[in-house]
Amino acid sequence: MSDKKTLVEVKNLKEYFNITTGVFSSKPLKAVDDVSFSIRKGETLGLVGESGCGKTTVGRTLLHLYKPTAGEIWFDGKKIETKKDILDYRKKSAMVFQDPYSSLNPRMTVSDIIAEPLDVHKMYQNKKERQERVLELMAKVGLNSEHANRYAHEFSGGQRQRIGIARALSMSPEFVVCDEPVSALDVSIQAQVINMFDELQDELDLTYLFIAHDLLVVRHISDRIAVMYLGKMVELAESDEIYHHPLHPYTKSLMSAVPLPDPQKARENKRIVLTGDIPSPLNAPSGCPFRTRCPHATDACAESMPEFKEVASGHFVACHHVDKIN
Amino acid sequence: MALLEVKDLHTSFYTPAGEVKAVNGVSFNLDHGKVLGIVGESGSGKSVTAYSIMQILEKTGKIVSGSIKCDGQELVGAGEKVMKTVRGNKISIIFQDPMTSLNPTYTIGKQLMEAIMLHTKRNKQQARERAVEMLRLVNINEPEKRMNQYPFEFSGGMRQRIMIAMALACEPDILIADEPTTALDVTIQAQILELMQQLQKDLGMAIIMITHDLGVVAQMCDEVIVMYAGSICEQGTADEIFYNPKHEYTKGLMRSIPTVDSDGSKLQPITGTPIDLLNMPAGCPFAPRCDAAMKICLRERCERMQINEWHQAACWMNVKEAMEKEGGEEE
Repeated sequence: MSDKKTLVEVKNLKEYFNITTGVFSSKPLKAVDDVSFSIRKGETLGLVGESGCGKTTVGRTLLHLYKPTAGEIWFDGKKIETKKDILDYRKKSAMVFQDPYSSLNPRMTVSDIIAEPLDVHKMYQNKKERQERVLELMAKVGLNSEHANRYAHEFSGGQRQRIGIARALSMSPEFVVCDEPVSALDVSIQAQVINMFDELQDELDLTYLFIAHDLLVVRHISDRIAVMYLGKMVELAESDEIYHHPLHPYTKSLMSAVPLPDPQKARENKRIVLTGDIPSPLNAPSGCPFRTRCPHATDACAESMPEFKEVASGHFVACHHVDKIN
Repeated sequence: MALLEVKDLHTSFYTPAGEVKAVNGVSFNLDHGKVLGIVGESGSGKSVTAYSIMQILEKTGKIVSGSIKCDGQELVGAGEKVMKTVRGNKISIIFQDPMTSLNPTYTIGKQLMEAIMLHTKRNKQQARERAVEMLRLVNINEPEKRMNQYPFEFSGGMRQRIMIAMALACEPDILIADEPTTALDVTIQAQILELMQQLQKDLGMAIIMITHDLGVVAQMCDEVIVMYAGSICEQGTADEIFYNPKHEYTKGLMRSIPTVDSDGSKLQPITGTPIDLLNMPAGCPFAPRCDAAMKICLRERCERMQINEWHQAACWMNVKEAMEKEGGEEE
């Protein structure tokens, strides 16, 4: 895996939203604060964290759906800067959204939904070509071609997610950001969609950024996993490594909190239950963002944000006390 | 006598498109101090079963037949007057979405006190004391100050804890938790589950845990009911259901989730889509999606059979296996 070349690289990405706090005052909400990582070609990088930690913002900023406040995004060895870069980049990247109910326009037929990116980028010569491409995509995601002229509300959640995936694949992208693509689906349907992501990756040589909060699903599909907390990346490693040897105290509690679908293991599992809630990103604690809930926090944690450094081969972690607590 | 006895419950919704049989012959018993899990996908009738017990169905829904006995008292057809004494006092419910189950225009204190004064003979002062005590019980810090705050000032996990406080304020015998942690993050979910387990032990109540998350079931439940298309397809102790599933649907569910030691090999999904409750097939409702379906599955519904002391399932495969064991060659 490591000999594969880097497809997407993010350097010191920051995304701040201005929140109005009074008539003339506003305050930056640091949704993503100084995040750096890279994704190799053909790899799946899982991104986990609790709601409000900035994982969706990372995905959206990565595709330039939001303009980054600061930082660089590199795609295929090229820095994305000008408008033309962004346009070219958008042809090679795509997104699958979380909610299959609200991400499809109820007034458009399935074929129009799937072909919309093709329309935008004018990727066909004539109507016949467009229709052929739509049917090809529908077949690829396991939808019946007879359904092309139906509307989204006539489909179940799993089928809608397939429509969303077909739309994402319409430009033959190299890179797909999947934002919680299975969390709205029933368990029995989830597995169908997860398997489809797997198969499409093999077939089309896709690279995924897979954002989810279900850790067992993320671990199943990802090669590497990144953990975020309050806009910062706190740990990044191979999936098995992060699952069996988490180093950051937040990752440890996150892993131990996963309800295991196995009664005996669940009884043996020693949960590290965190006290308190995630602080508001508007009033993020100084230094390490996790220190207010961390059982190992000391004064040093309040003073400075620990560096995100490689402690073992391919295993990055941002914690002052990583040696002491492990 | 069991604390709660549900016998052959049928609940239907009358919609313009026809009668939807949401619950179709559900029976179970719940004893004091036990945690019963009800699992199933959306539309399997797990929530409707709970709403039927509380009789808080929407106007189009109606309990068609069956019996629900709480402490020996029949609830079906008992009327609103009786139900008002049951709800909150004997059986409480917490809903899935803590964001929408609280009234945004009243303070937390007022809402808690209202519930307490409605169900017990406490006066305002006593109700306030009780409310503060309950907030403390569910680990909300500075409860006196928090009493005067509005729901929007609380996070999701705290709101769910307030819902639990409200449900437990009158010390019910049974707590129905309808997907209590689905809207919450993993670490907050762990907090809530831990709290529920703690309270269950301290107060000795029984819990009906409705969820689609098998992980939550494994962690919390003594007994498990698996529902599909409005009927119970399998019921047993948690260990029996997880380690010895005897219904093809349960087996499929277990195969389709990533496990603790999954090695990255393919998941085995259940094919097809959930059933349309308006067009129920004659035979086993799961047969159209079942890989092992036989002729008889499409024709006839299998009755629930006793697998062993702790385990019942309604699947023809068990009949087939039993026959094969005896050396019979039929079907």
